[in-house]
Amino acid sequence: MTTIPDPQGGTFRLSMLLNDTRYRSMTLQAIAALILALALFYLYSNLTANLRAAGLNISFDFLGAPAGYDINQTLVDYNSQSSNLRAAIVGILNTLLVAFLACITATIFGVLAGVLRLSNNWLVSKLMAFYVEIFRNIPVLIWIIIIFTIMTAVMPGPRAFRGDAATSSMLMDLFAFTNRGVYIPGPYFTRGIGGEEGSVVNWLLVIGVLVASYFSARFMTNRANAIQADTGIRPNTLWTNLAIWFVPLIVLLFILGLSWDIPALKGFNFQGGIKIGGPLIALWFALSIYTGAFIAENVRAGIQAVSKGQTEAASALGLRGNRVMSLVVLPQALRVIIPPLISQYLNITKNSSLAIAVGYADITATLGGITLNQTGRAIECVLLLMLFYLVISLLISAGMNVYNNAMKLKER
Amino acid sequence: MSDTPAQSVAFVRETAIPPSPAPANASGIVKWMRDNLFATWPNALLTIASIYVIYLILAGTMPWIFNGVWNTNSLAECREVLDGTVGACFSVLTERWNQLLFGFKYPVDQYWRPLTAFLLMFAALAPVLFFDLPRKLLIITALFPFVAYWLIWGGTIWTPLFALLGFVAGYLVYARFVTQSFAVGFFGGVFAAVVVWIVTGYITPMLAPEQPLLEAVPSRDLGGYMLNMMLGLTCVSLSLPLGIALALGRQSSMPLIKWICVIFIEFIRGVPLITLLFVANVMLAYFFPPGSGVDLFLRVVIMITMFSSAYIAEVIRGGLAALPKGQYEAADSLGLDYPQAMRLIILPQALKISIPGIVNIAVGLFKDTTLVSVISMFDILGMIRGPILASTDWNGVYWELLGFACVVFFVVCYSISQYSQWLERRLATDHR
Repeated sequence: MTTIPDPQGGTFRLSMLLNDTRYRSMTLQAIAALILALALFYLYSNLTANLRAAGLNISFDFLGAPAGYDINQTLVDYNSQSSNLRAAIVGILNTLLVAFLACITATIFGVLAGVLRLSNNWLVSKLMAFYVEIFRNIPVLIWIIIIFTIMTAVMPGPRAFRGDAATSSMLMDLFAFTNRGVYIPGPYFTRGIGGEEGSVVNWLLVIGVLVASYFSARFMTNRANAIQADTGIRPNTLWTNLAIWFVPLIVLLFILGLSWDIPALKGFNFQGGIKIGGPLIALWFALSIYTGAFIAENVRAGIQAVSKGQTEAASALGLRGNRVMSLVVLPQALRVIIPPLISQYLNITKNSSLAIAVGYADITATLGGITLNQTGRAIECVLLLMLFYLVISLLISAGMNVYNNAMKLKER
Repeated sequence: MSDTPAQSVAFVRETAIPPSPAPANASGIVKWMRDNLFATWPNALLTIASIYVIYLILAGTMPWIFNGVWNTNSLAECREVLDGTVGACFSVLTERWNQLLFGFKYPVDQYWRPLTAFLLMFAALAPVLFFDLPRKLLIITALFPFVAYWLIWGGTIWTPLFALLGFVAGYLVYARFVTQSFAVGFFGGVFAAVVVWIVTGYITPMLAPEQPLLEAVPSRDLGGYMLNMMLGLTCVSLSLPLGIALALGRQSSMPLIKWICVIFIEFIRGVPLITLLFVANVMLAYFFPPGSGVDLFLRVVIMITMFSSAYIAEVIRGGLAALPKGQYEAADSLGLDYPQAMRLIILPQALKISIPGIVNIAVGLFKDTTLVSVISMFDILGMIRGPILASTDWNGVYWELLGFACVVFFVVCYSISQYSQWLERRLATDHR
């Protein structure tokens, strides 16, 4: 086999920069770098000229100044005298809260709809197809506004719950759906550590017990696997696992004296319990039902991607229906479903920025909305906002890469 | 051996028994229902639950829709006509349809202009969407942007004409030199076009008549569903070539070019569209030369185009990666250089694979154009939430307006996705 090498040595001519494959890519890249540098310089000089003309500068000092506005739904302490940075943190937490809630419910909706769409039942599968098509083809912003309108214009005011001739009543005397938000019972501890102020410690304790239960349960399952591998007989782990999960938790909650604070109508509004504001509900529900339609399609595609031969082979090996599902079909379907599912989670996080349309105080509404308008620090605010979303996106994609590598078919 | 003749056999049937009809419960609609609706007990329960859900939906909406009022002037009058019964107040649509479709500032006597552009759009899109139509129709497609621009914005006809002239000049130069080398042709074409634009840019103000044929309409007067369609169509068509360039750049063997494309794509895909619209609204103006005064519509188009081009680039990258390596090697072994290989062999196949993905992006982008209402542009949603619901006549007519927005978006998006599925079947060249 012969190859014709590029002529070696010889004198260097200028035309070789374009015609010689050894140098051409260098030339092109040099040109690209030059154009890029020129473009950046052009934009930068415009920026500085414009800023000078407007008498502005780039400074992040405003983050420390008092924000001067109130936020009605906060996860951490905040008042109007807190700094803009604090407001941004409240916004970040609110974004993460709604994204987290919406991811969970969207997955539930999506999996349900996706599985039911494959159902043998003609009516159910058509109904699910209808749901998917309706929600996929109408902008999410419209859904958010529709549900927000339901929450504010259709729900009764607290006044409707009052008196003998009340037109509305609380669901099971526990939940109140009003146009100011939904009130649900809130848990609290009567014998908690540190009284009212130390309630965070109590919750950390509960989480700690749950984590410990998780690891113990996993240990039990591993031990059962080992015994099964040795002897072929699998010890029954159901009751021990249930006990590991529930007994310590119930004991702890009893010691701490768990009690429920039930909302009740006092004065002009409901008091007590946890208030979930209308904007949060609108955003949460709209995002989950909209994204659920997309997830349903992913789930359907994933299940259909597992070839029928796999099910048949598993049945031929003598596995029963539920084991066929859990041991053969699901692991293969999940490999197809999870990556698009995670990118749907990413979409939820990004779409949660639409909160600004209904007045939910997420990071876009605090930092990119009120703070930006009050301080006039447009460039700084938008940059910080983008940075936040970029970090979240990169974290989620990093997680997805780790998962993909772990789940990759091990090829030799 | 046997002496028993035929008569020992009592009876031999010589014709086949005609098939008897299947039992009533194993044929026709009964069988279908047994198989598809009531196969098992849980299945039957599901069916009944579904019927109940459908009943609830229909019982909630049908009286409201069919009892609707179409010809009153305000919500109060509507309620008078309905007299306590359940019914929709569709008169908001008959009274404000023009605002929903064109925004509230577009001159009323000029509505024929965007309408003509809308109809022309079908003629322009037809040869792109359906390959069987004669290729000559693509001329309409090429002319459409300039005609539509002139129809919608009005003003002097020289602006779109000179823009077109630039493209023609660029194409002529490209066609002249492309036989030598693609790069020479391409950059020569770009250079020629830019020269024409700069030169005519000086001439246009001199040629502009006092009274243009079509009254000029500034961008900020555009609104309603027209704005959504304009943004969607413009940004998708602009982002296609940009997306192809980015996808090719990301596949490039030159590290610098590759990394520029990777950073651009990942950055854009990592942030929500709404932050990019904030950039368009409050930040982008700082990056233009002082006093250039680029209007909001153009800034939004720039940002949405960047946004969708990053997504389209990823779809096309998927198409490029899905091509068998043999195609690249075959192109190389034929002695084609990079532009030739891409134009003649790789891209036609890669784009074909990516069409469903691109259509998905286009549908998503069209839906996302509603986000401009957040930065106070009056698209259909902005019109509903702003001027119409805030007016004293129609304060409180939520469902009719939002339902209308749902219907117009659903019709367009669903048709596009149906088209995409048709195209997928049409383009499937593998025989299965």
